[in-house]
Amino acid sequence: MNIFQAVFYSFSTPIFYKLMLMSATPLIFAALGGVFSEVTGVTNIALEGIMKIGAFTAVVFTFYTGNPWLGLLGAIIAGVMLAWLHAYVSIRWSADQIVSATALILIASGLSAFLMEPIFGHSGQTDFVAKIPKVKLAFMKDVPFFGQIFDEMSIFVYLAFIAVALSWFLIYKTPLGLRMRAVGENPKSADTLGVNVFKIRYFGVLMSGVLAAFAGAYLSIGELGQFQENMPSGKGFIALAAMILGNWNPVGAMWAALLFGASDALNIQLQSILDIPPEMKALLNLLPFVITIIVVSGFVGKTRPPAADGVPYEKE
Amino acid sequence: MNILVPVTSVIIALFIAGIVILLIGKNPLSAYWVMLQGAFGSKAALAANISKMMSLVLTGLAVGFGFRAGIFNIGAEGQLMMGAIFSTIVGLNLGGVSPVFAIPITMLAGILGGAFWASIAGYLKATTGAHEVITTIMLNWIAVYLTNYFVAGPLAVGQGVPKSPEIAQSAQLPPLMTVQATTLPSGIIVSIVAAILVYILLEKTTTGYELKAVGFNPYAAEAGAISLSKNIVLTMAISGALAGLAGSMEVMAIHHRIFGDFSGGKGFDGISIALIGQNNPIGIIFAAFLISSLRTGSNAMQFAKVPDDIVTIIQGIIIFLVAADRIVRTFILKFSSPKGGESK
Repeated sequence: MNIFQAVFYSFSTPIFYKLMLMSATPLIFAALGGVFSEVTGVTNIALEGIMKIGAFTAVVFTFYTGNPWLGLLGAIIAGVMLAWLHAYVSIRWSADQIVSATALILIASGLSAFLMEPIFGHSGQTDFVAKIPKVKLAFMKDVPFFGQIFDEMSIFVYLAFIAVALSWFLIYKTPLGLRMRAVGENPKSADTLGVNVFKIRYFGVLMSGVLAAFAGAYLSIGELGQFQENMPSGKGFIALAAMILGNWNPVGAMWAALLFGASDALNIQLQSILDIPPEMKALLNLLPFVITIIVVSGFVGKTRPPAADGVPYEKE
Repeated sequence: MNILVPVTSVIIALFIAGIVILLIGKNPLSAYWVMLQGAFGSKAALAANISKMMSLVLTGLAVGFGFRAGIFNIGAEGQLMMGAIFSTIVGLNLGGVSPVFAIPITMLAGILGGAFWASIAGYLKATTGAHEVITTIMLNWIAVYLTNYFVAGPLAVGQGVPKSPEIAQSAQLPPLMTVQATTLPSGIIVSIVAAILVYILLEKTTTGYELKAVGFNPYAAEAGAISLSKNIVLTMAISGALAGLAGSMEVMAIHHRIFGDFSGGKGFDGISIALIGQNNPIGIIFAAFLISSLRTGSNAMQFAKVPDDIVTIIQGIIIFLVAADRIVRTFILKFSSPKGGESK
């Protein structure tokens, strides 16, 4: 089978769409996190770090309690704590947000690797723990094609799309969302109108912590059942690209995440279909990253970040 | 005050990391003592320390140079690997060439490899506005997979760990001296010279002035007839050239080949080093020495059952405090003046 046939064959299989949804799910959560933070004017490139600490904490909490739902709770707590650090220094102390986030990525990967040995007795990866059970839709079973996509799917996949709808509603249809956008576009006039700029920004950044923690927890206790040291492997940054491509809008970010999910799925599919030497197969791994670069540079001219994104606000 | 902030940050970071060590039931003081021994305790330790420092100076310079011109180059990791690949491919084919030519050609190949890789991100930023943080991170991953491909495919040799053959003898940099099993690479001289050259470029030339002007205020610079896009591409190329040189030094002076997982995070360490050294080439030399000492020392700490990832935590906390330098300044003022200080 040549490469074109393989690509078209991939598109015709239900497994491709299942893989696409699975790959897109962490990207959707993390990209929504980015949207929440940046809509209020705080850049948060630490999504990768929050995902990592979320994925790790989820496993640790599940390991000790035996309950993956408590694992998810642990991930959220850890994610919020890390996001709070970012919020505190960038909102209260006008720190450079890129530098602060870089620091948090390091701290997250240092902490998760450091604590692995004392907790699990070995490094590199944790033990296997209970996973959050998959949803089985009985009525889907006999539906052709779609049945194979949806017959057994992680609840995170559905939650991701619910989160998109809720985020869109919150940001565009509620007074809180209006305030968030006002603070992100023009903090000074929002302040003049009596909006508490700092509080709104804290909300945005902490929400990014919650959502990126969901993304991380999906990777560990949603799919694999363990944490590995290299876990988010760039997904936090691809999520940022999805946020930009989606024009800082939850629905746009979702479509972008689905596109990146599709390139990931294509990579996995091609590796199993194509009859080529193993090192050439490994080369296909760079497909999602190449597509991200092409997409970010091809479309980014048309999108626009919130005007005050990344700019610390200081009261006179 | 300028040097006080990073120094205080380092002390606070060591203190906080000490608490983390305490939390896993180890004694932080003895852990730090082992670390100190591991970094400075013997001639071999010091030699290992300095050979680690060699590339860190260069990746620190790469990131710091970008910062000065307002570019956040997170891609030193990938640029280092591309430099290493280019150097290896060229160095493999210089068997009959005299070292007088083979060494500079191999070095140049690495410089060009890194510059080329970084220029992709620079070009995309200048023409389409694609943010360099995202493009350089993606380019890092692509470099990782390309390296894996080269050492498992076209360059593969031998069994076990995927690796390339050794480069020609004539393209290898001779060691300054050999201490037990550890060699003190002459590449360290290349690194120091590079730092001095970057210092001269930034402080004494018109190009350096323009680059700094763009970094300081891009709009004012553009109003002053400085081409933004030209400077973005140029900054990226120079920044990548430095990271590429780091890769080429690793190949020419230490490993003599490329293998999987080649960089070991030296490109990312460059970010910490640039920030701790406050983007000043001379400060970067000292910051690189600090990080190489922490890294070399932490290898020894593993024997004391303290995972060496503690260094990553320390680095993270230092950078966090450097980002939040106002907190640190307030902290210093509180301690240095009896009345207590102001935050600004």
